[in-house]
Formats: sequence, C-alpha cells, structure tokens
Amino acid sequence: MIYLELFWSFFQIGLFSIGGGYAAMPLIEHQVVDAHPWLTMTQFADIMTIAEMTPGPIAINSATFVGIQVAGLPGAIIATLGCILPSCTIVMILAYIYYRFRSLTIVQGVLAGLRPAVVAMIASAGISLIILSFYGQKSLPADLHDINYISVLIWGAGLFLLRKWKVNPIHVMAGAGACGILLYSIMPA
Amino acid sequence: MKENTQTFRQLFLSTFKLSACTFGGGFVIIPLMRKKFVEELHWIEEQEMMDLTAIAQSSPGPIAVNASILIGYHVAGIPGALLTVLGTVLPPLIIISIISLFYQAFRDNVIVNMAMMGMTAGVAAVICDVVLTMGKTVMKQKRLLPVLVLLASFFAVRFWEINIILIIFICGILGAADALYQSKKSGGAR
Repeated sequence: MIYLELFWSFFQIGLFSIGGGYAAMPLIEHQVVDAHPWLTMTQFADIMTIAEMTPGPIAINSATFVGIQVAGLPGAIIATLGCILPSCTIVMILAYIYYRFRSLTIVQGVLAGLRPAVVAMIASAGISLIILSFYGQKSLPADLHDINYISVLIWGAGLFLLRKWKVNPIHVMAGAGACGILLYSIMPA
Repeated sequence: MKENTQTFRQLFLSTFKLSACTFGGGFVIIPLMRKKFVEELHWIEEQEMMDLTAIAQSSPGPIAVNASILIGYHVAGIPGALLTVLGTVLPPLIIISIISLFYQAFRDNVIVNMAMMGMTAGVAAVICDVVLTMGKTVMKQKRLLPVLVLLASFFAVRFWEINIILIIFICGILGAADALYQSKKSGGAR
C-alpha cells in the first residue's frame, strides 16, 4: 500500500526533525533514497536545491515532490499530511500547556531563560545566510575578498530600509529578487 | 478570543501569504509573523512571540508549521490552529506540485537563479533586522544573566555546534533556577 508507506515515512520525518529544515535533510535522504526506492541521489539533490529556491519548509517541499513522483497528487497530499501530523498534535498540546501555565513563576523563569537563546539561534541562522549570500557557499572561504558585491549591496539596502522606515519584510524580499534580476543582468556574477 | 468569520479569514490569508514568502529556511517566517501579528494586528505581544518561537523551535517538525499552529491556537483555539496549518502548507504544496512537472528547466533557469541570489541577500537582511529588534528586548532588561545566556548560546550554536535541544534544555533550567532564586530573594513565591 503505497499511500500508507508514504504517510508513515513522512510521519517519521516530521516526528524526528527537531530544529529546522537543515536538520531534516539527512532524515529525508534516509527515508526516500535509502529505505525506499523513491528517488535517486541526483533527484534528491535536485529536490533539495528546489526546496531552497521555493518558499516553504524543506520537509513539506520534499513530501510534496516525492508524493507526486511516487503516487501523483493524492500521494503528495498524504505525504504532506504525514509530515505535519506529529507537529499538529505535539505543538497543540504544548500550546495548551503554555497558555494554561505561563503565569506560574517557574514557567516564567523557563521562558525568560529561553528568550536570549532564541535570539542567539536566529542570529546564527542569519550569519549562515549572510555567508551563503556573500560568498555563495556554506562556510567562509580562505580569501575573504572574494565577495559578491551585488549581494552585499542588496543586503545593506534591505537592512537600511527595514531599520530606518520599517518597510514590510515581504516587500524587501520581493524588491531584493527584482534587484537581483536587474543587477546580475547588467553585471554577471 | 475573537472567534468570527473575519478573524478566521484573516488568520488563513495571513499565514497563506506569509508561507508563500518564506524563502530560505524556517526562521524566515518568524520576522514575517512578528511584523504581521505583533506590529500590525496586535494579536500577540513581543515577549509572547519569543516564547512561541522557542516552543516552535524545540518541537518536532518544520518551524513554520509549528509557529503557525501556536498562533492559530492562541487566536482561535484548535479550529484556528487547523486553519493556520492549512494556510502554511498550501503554498508549498501548490508551488512544488506545479514545479515538479518541469523541475529541471526551473532549476537551470538563469532568471530564476538571479532572482534567488537577490532574494537570499534580502532574506539575510530581514533576519538581521529581527535579531537587532529581539536583541534590544533582551538588553532592555538591564540584567547580566540574559546577555550571558545570549552570548553563550550563540557560541554554542555557531562555533561548537552543540545540539539545539540541549541548549534549549539548559537555558530553560537556568531560567527556572534564576526565577526561583529571584522570588525567594524578594520574599516568597507569587
């Protein structure tokens, strides 16, 4: 029963991928390349590239892609459902607990302790993105001067607009995409 | 709790639009949600948004899905949560379904790649903005412990590659211990 297999595979991916998209990648690879003959390694690399190029969580993107490849649109919907079912149940329970008990001193303390950590994690994700954007790779290169000036320019302009005039982030992203097409057409990277 | 058709529509449309714009990984949806639900609609407070981010981050599954469940649940209970999940999942489902028909052409398209390079820089700017705003909230408390926790967690994630769940666990215990200590110092718990 292919639908059941799809559901179960992506249920596991949803359940065990804690901490964001990049943590989910090896899990997805294991399920769709190693454990089941659904994708070749090349197809898997393609879907990871496309997942990064399109909006939405990587796990949902790959659930849809694999589902369609294996069993058409119903497959995509079932794989996606499997992927989000663990989140839905666990997070709703946590939401209930949070809103029920958040006024307790000890819960207040736990949450206050978590807030700076959240900022630190977002900061770390931001730095990874800056490196990817400025240098076109995941880690800093040996030669720091080998930088993509167009990206630096778009980043600086975007940050200025956000800080100074509190422009809507969606508009900044759309503008950055348009500037990318414009600037890279004039000066190929 | 404001439960009417208008709220449900607003919830669905907001998460649908935000999800359609979250290029570049789960965290990107946090600044977008903050802008929409904290600054524009005033449905959620600044501190609460950070709490929800922490819960979304430490639960299994995509951060964007988890965060939208929390927001939907807060605004309109379980029906609200189901609606925001639908709004978050539909854009990638639709987009990938269409792209899967011609994905090789899409991947190799020059224009798409130029737009993506620009957008990555834009997304990086959006994240920097939210870090500065959230960082300010932490600094405003004028206490040493949160600042130390921020710096230590940053090094732990960035350079020592320590598991995020472990960091969240330790920070939670530290926070609880600190709260108990503070309340004892000021004479009895609330």
